[in-house]
Amino acid sequence: MHAKATHKLAIVLIWGSGFITVLILFLIIGYVLARGLPEIGWDFLFTAPKGGLSGEGGISTTIVATVYLIALTLAILVVPGVGAAIYLSEYAKDNWLTRIIRYGVETLAGVPSIVFGLFGFVLFVTALHFRFSLLSGALTLVCLLLPTLIRTSEEALKAVPRGHREAALALGSTKWQAIWHVVLPAALPGIITGFILCIGRIVGETACLYVTMGGSSAMPTSLFSGGRTLSLHLFYLSMETNAFEKAMATGAVLIIIVLIVNTITNWISYRFQARMRGGA
Amino acid sequence: MYRIVSRYFVDRNAKYLVLVCASISFIILAAIAIFTLREGLPAFQQVGWIDFIFGTEWRPTLDKFGIAPMIVGSLAVTLGAMILAIPLGVGCAVLLAEVAPARVRNLLRPAVELLVGIPSVVYGLVGMLLVVPVVRQIGGTGYSVAAGAIVLMAMVLPTIISISEDSIRTVPRRYKEGSLALGATHWQTIRHVLIPAARSGIVASIILGIGRAIGEAMAMIMVIGNAVQIPASLLDSTRTLAGGIAVEITYAGGLHENALFAIGVVLFILIMIINSFALIAMRRGREHT
Repeated sequence: MHAKATHKLAIVLIWGSGFITVLILFLIIGYVLARGLPEIGWDFLFTAPKGGLSGEGGISTTIVATVYLIALTLAILVVPGVGAAIYLSEYAKDNWLTRIIRYGVETLAGVPSIVFGLFGFVLFVTALHFRFSLLSGALTLVCLLLPTLIRTSEEALKAVPRGHREAALALGSTKWQAIWHVVLPAALPGIITGFILCIGRIVGETACLYVTMGGSSAMPTSLFSGGRTLSLHLFYLSMETNAFEKAMATGAVLIIIVLIVNTITNWISYRFQARMRGGA
Repeated sequence: MYRIVSRYFVDRNAKYLVLVCASISFIILAAIAIFTLREGLPAFQQVGWIDFIFGTEWRPTLDKFGIAPMIVGSLAVTLGAMILAIPLGVGCAVLLAEVAPARVRNLLRPAVELLVGIPSVVYGLVGMLLVVPVVRQIGGTGYSVAAGAIVLMAMVLPTIISISEDSIRTVPRRYKEGSLALGATHWQTIRHVLIPAARSGIVASIILGIGRAIGEAMAMIMVIGNAVQIPASLLDSTRTLAGGIAVEITYAGGLHENALFAIGVVLFILIMIINSFALIAMRRGREHT
């Protein structure tokens, strides 16, 4: 008759594991914000890092590099990512071709960031002569993020009710017109959520950029100038300098960005789901 | 007339356009395999496959390239991380799927999502400043297998939690009801009915977690000290495969660079194997329910 006692103990342990998980999260976020936030000010955000081994200065150029990199990556990513999602959700039949395509997407999703970095290094930096640059970094990121965007966009497209497509086709539209004018707009919030997730990944990514962007702390002036994102800057600060306070402040900026990204995605998917339930 | 012709023209060709888009992922995958293999091959040929993988000496200046220490290092931190993360992650998944009331769930789930979003360098930084000093109190420099395992544990937790929770949640209700109706306690039901029924999903989540752990480079570099040695204890410094590439790639040249690509090949093959196991486990899970 130990069943009751075991039950109680097990439930306590289960709650305990949830508690520890939340504790880990609060420890990380709390620690970084507590040590980083006091450092953040006008000066920190709007002056350039001194570079080299000093670790002095702010993070202005790294913010600019991060923003450029996000814009460039998403611009290149949009057609192949959403296009692939349209194929998989609207056209793909259950045959060998679809299986190969799905295998490609699923496997690519598991490839480590540093291996993407090696690939970007040989192909974009060396063979195509893009050098260590924003462009090399962005193209490498496109490879890395394709599976994420395809998966989220495909889910968004599949969530659009069949009736939408049938109504458009019944009115005499071609399949592509139905997709372009009806399905895609209806799935847009879900697809946007996918893009915001990608922004989060770009902001947090380091390994593949470390190998393809060069890490210059100067202000990027063209597609071919090198640069460092916020995350890369944090890495350089903590590995090559003793400026841990600056690193913490950069970490705090990153955490704030992650918080914003998560809030926006939650909000959009909440609205999206509500609309799909009510509007169908 | 033109517009009518044109819209059928568009319709016919759009299909091929999106098909091309869909093929890109596979093409990239193939290109990654080909490029890393092509760059890594000279190292394999020069050093020999066996000596490369089982050799214990890594001295780029003497053209000695043995990656056994990095393989052991990767396995050690991954194993340590999984020992910590599996009970915690599965426990948390059970909490989310079965035990917690909706209000707690709605707070806990965003917390888990946040753990996914935190950049790996932030994990690394917190590891350097919080975990490493604690490990140093026990012995050594603190930059160690133990510190790496603790940091990795936090990074793989969300993978294990979210996929395990999904698989526990998809167990048909009647299983649970049947068990409770037979007089089992809630815990007995979880332990003997729900977890076994969700087993393949939980296994898949663990395998995917292992994949993530082995592929992590930057956070590991920051907390394990990167000495190329087979760690004799949890307090020893070591180097991982992924970290090993990142530490040296920016200044390597010649055969040394080839050797780093060869590590990439080993890592790529390792991840392919791990992920196929995860996919198989997931498929099996879907067939069950």
